Amino acid sequence: MLMLMCVCVRLQLFYSFFKSLVGKDVVVELKNDLSICGTLHSVDQYLNIKLTDISVTDPEKYPHMLSVKNCFIRGSVVRYVQLPADEVDTQLLQDAARKEAMQQKQ
Amino acid sequence: SEDDPLPPQQPSTNTVEEPLDLIRLSLDERIYVKMKNDRELRGRLHAYDQHLNMILGDVEETVTTVEIDEETYEELYKSTKRNIPMLFVRGDGVVLVAPPLRVG
Repeated sequence: MLMLMCVCVRLQLFYSFFKSLVGKDVVVELKNDLSICGTLHSVDQYLNIKLTDISVTDPEKYPHMLSVKNCFIRGSVVRYVQLPADEVDTQLLQDAARKEAMQQKQ
Repeated sequence: SEDDPLPPQQPSTNTVEEPLDLIRLSLDERIYVKMKNDRELRGRLHAYDQHLNMILGDVEETVTTVEIDEETYEELYKSTKRNIPMLFVRGDGVVLVAPPLRVG
């Protein structure tokens, strides 16, 4: 039996990647230099991020968000997301990136 | 070989045609990334997409600042480095991607 690949799948490598990290602890560094540590609760196609149980990492020279437990971060303000290295399958990522690059060329 | 034609939905794979293909060649290699705000990254490329979002492993980030002496107007260049084991980089901050710079 032939399996046909759906050619109209939207390219979303990083969306899928972040979905696989839900529940893990990450550090989101924003473009305004604020770094927020928390548990990845959810992500969407724009790579907007919801974090729970957050704390401000780095010297707390920035707004103390002591009473804030959860937050929504607009994807466009993210500079970096620091990830737990042992939760990342680099081989799988590389293969997926190659595939996505192929799809993108079409 | 000529005996098995490519199925219609498969693109040509191994030719380097456009700039993003050059980045594809760097997968699993160390690369140098220049970013906005005088930041640079050196790390192993694990994934990227058309926006230049990337996942880098074993990363060294260098942030360069310039301090100007009030009296002498001397420019003092300082750089701060830090290491991060695994990093997602959002593509809109990326300026340049290249093989690691070799010291001549």
